[in-house]
Amino acid sequence: MDRARLQRLLKPSVFVASLVPLAKVGIDAALGNLSANPIAEVMNRFGFWTLTLLLSSLAATPAKTLFGWTALLRVRKMLGLFAFFYATLHFSTYLALDQAFDLGDIGDDIVKRKFITVGFAAFVTLVPLALTSTDRAVKRLGFRRWKRLHRLVYLAAVLGVVHFVWRVKADYLEPALFAVTLVALLLSRLAPKRAVSTGTPRADSGEERAA
Amino acid sequence: MKQRPWAMRESEVTPESLYVRRREFLSLGAAGALGIAGSSLSFACDARAGDAPAPTFGNLKRANLAGDEKPTPFSDVSTYNNYYEFGTDKSDPAANAGAFHTRPWTVAIEGEINKPEVVDIDDLGRRFTLEERIYRMRCVEAWSMVIPWVGFPLAELIKRAEPTSNAKYVVFTTKLDPNEMPGQKRNVLDWPYVEGLRIDEAMNPLALLAVGLYGRTLPNQNGAPLRLVVPWKYGFKGVKAIVKIAFVKEQPKTTWNKMAPGEYGFYANVNPDVDHPRWSQAKERRIGEFFKRKTLPFNGYADQVAKLYAGMDLRKSF
Repeated sequence: MDRARLQRLLKPSVFVASLVPLAKVGIDAALGNLSANPIAEVMNRFGFWTLTLLLSSLAATPAKTLFGWTALLRVRKMLGLFAFFYATLHFSTYLALDQAFDLGDIGDDIVKRKFITVGFAAFVTLVPLALTSTDRAVKRLGFRRWKRLHRLVYLAAVLGVVHFVWRVKADYLEPALFAVTLVALLLSRLAPKRAVSTGTPRADSGEERAA
Repeated sequence: MKQRPWAMRESEVTPESLYVRRREFLSLGAAGALGIAGSSLSFACDARAGDAPAPTFGNLKRANLAGDEKPTPFSDVSTYNNYYEFGTDKSDPAANAGAFHTRPWTVAIEGEINKPEVVDIDDLGRRFTLEERIYRMRCVEAWSMVIPWVGFPLAELIKRAEPTSNAKYVVFTTKLDPNEMPGQKRNVLDWPYVEGLRIDEAMNPLALLAVGLYGRTLPNQNGAPLRLVVPWKYGFKGVKAIVKIAFVKEQPKTTWNKMAPGEYGFYANVNPDVDHPRWSQAKERRIGEFFKRKTLPFNGYADQVAKLYAGMDLRKSF
C-alpha cells in the first residue's frame, strides 16, 4: 500500500479500534462473561481504557519530537475524545449502575473518598477540553488561549493516574505502569526543549495542533 | 446462641432465578448501549448450583443463618474470589488454583495448649461432625454473597486442644509455597497470610472451619482444604489453606492489618457505621442483585456476637 492510502486509513482504523473495548463489553455482557460482579467489572474496564487512551494522546508530541513520527499527532484529537468518551462511560456506570443515582451517597463519595475526589476532578477537568475540541472553538478562543486551556490535559492525566493508584488495595503493578508511562511522557517534553531552546520559551514545536 | 431452623435441602438452595435475571439485566443494558436488539442476547450461560460436581458429603445437619436470602450460585462463589496467593484479580484464583495440591496435608495445632499435634487433614475431618451452615459473606470491598458452607465449629477443635490460661488469641497461617501458589512469588502481601481471632471470638458457635461448600469438597480457589469462616467479620478474616493453628498470648500481627492498619482493623467486624477510607461500608452489593442493600451491623449476626464486644469502642477497634 502506498503512503497516501495508509494515511487515509489511519483515522478510520483508530476510530474502529477505539470502539473495540466497548464492543467487547457488549459481547461479554451478552455471553455472561463479566464476572460475578458485572458492574464493577464494567467500571474497571472503562476506567482502564480512559487512562490508556488519554496517555496515548499524550504520546503524540514525544512521538514527533523524539522519533519524528507524526501519525499519532494526526489522531491525537480523536484519542483524546475517545478518552473522554470512556471517562463518561466510566463515570456514568458509577452514577447509574453502581450508585443508582443516589445523590447523597455520590456526594459523600466525592467529598470523603480521596480516590473518588481526584477521579471526579479528572473527569471535570476533561469536560472543557472535550467541549473545545472543534476547529471553531480554536478560532473562537484564539490558538494561544486554546492551547493554554488544553494544557489541562496534563492535570487530568495526573489526577486520573492518581485515582487508579489510590483505588488499588495492594497490587500496584497496573497503576504503577500507568504512572511510569505518564512520568516518561511528561519528562520527554522537557528533554528536547532544553536541547533546542535558546531563550524562546515557546519553542515547544511538538505542541502544535494536529493539522 | 439462638437455635435456627435447619430444614433446608440441597434442592431448595438452588438459586438460579437471581442469577439468570442478572444476566438478562446486563445483556439488555449493554445491548441498549450498543443499539443491538436485546431480547435475543439473554441466552447467556445458565450456570447454577447444579452445575457443580456431585455432592461429596452425605446428609448433613443444615443451619440456615442467612434468613430467607438465597444462596449465591456456585458458579459465582467459585469464580469470584479474593485469594492473592493465586493472583490479585478476582478471576485469578479459579484460573490458577486448579493444580494446587491439597493432599497430603497436615495442620499443626500448637502453642499455649495441652495437646499440641500435627494432624493429617483427613484425620482432622473425621474427628468432627460436619454440618452445613448457610452464612452471609461480606467482603470489605462492599460486595457480598450467601454461601452454604460445610464444616465444623472451630470451638470443637479448640476444646480438644485444651488451651491453657495463656491462650488469649488464635492465629491461623496459610500455606507458604510459591511454586504451588504463584501469587506468593510477588510481594503483594507479606506471605504467608496470617489471620487471628481473640479466643472468645474463636469459641463463638458461629466460627466455622470449612472443608466444603454447596455439599462438595471446597474448590481450591475457595480455600481448600481448610479455611476459616467468621460471618460477622469482613471476608479477609477468612484465612484459607490453613497449615497452622497457634494459640498465643499476644494479639497477632495479621496480614492486611500490617499492610494498611488504617484500613483493615484486627477485629474487622462488619460495621456500616465505620467506613473504609476508600469506600462507604453502609451498603453492599449482593452478588446477583442490582440495587445495593444496607449493610447490617455484624453482618446480621449481632444477636450472636455483639456481646463479645460489650464495652469496646468499635470505631477505634474496627
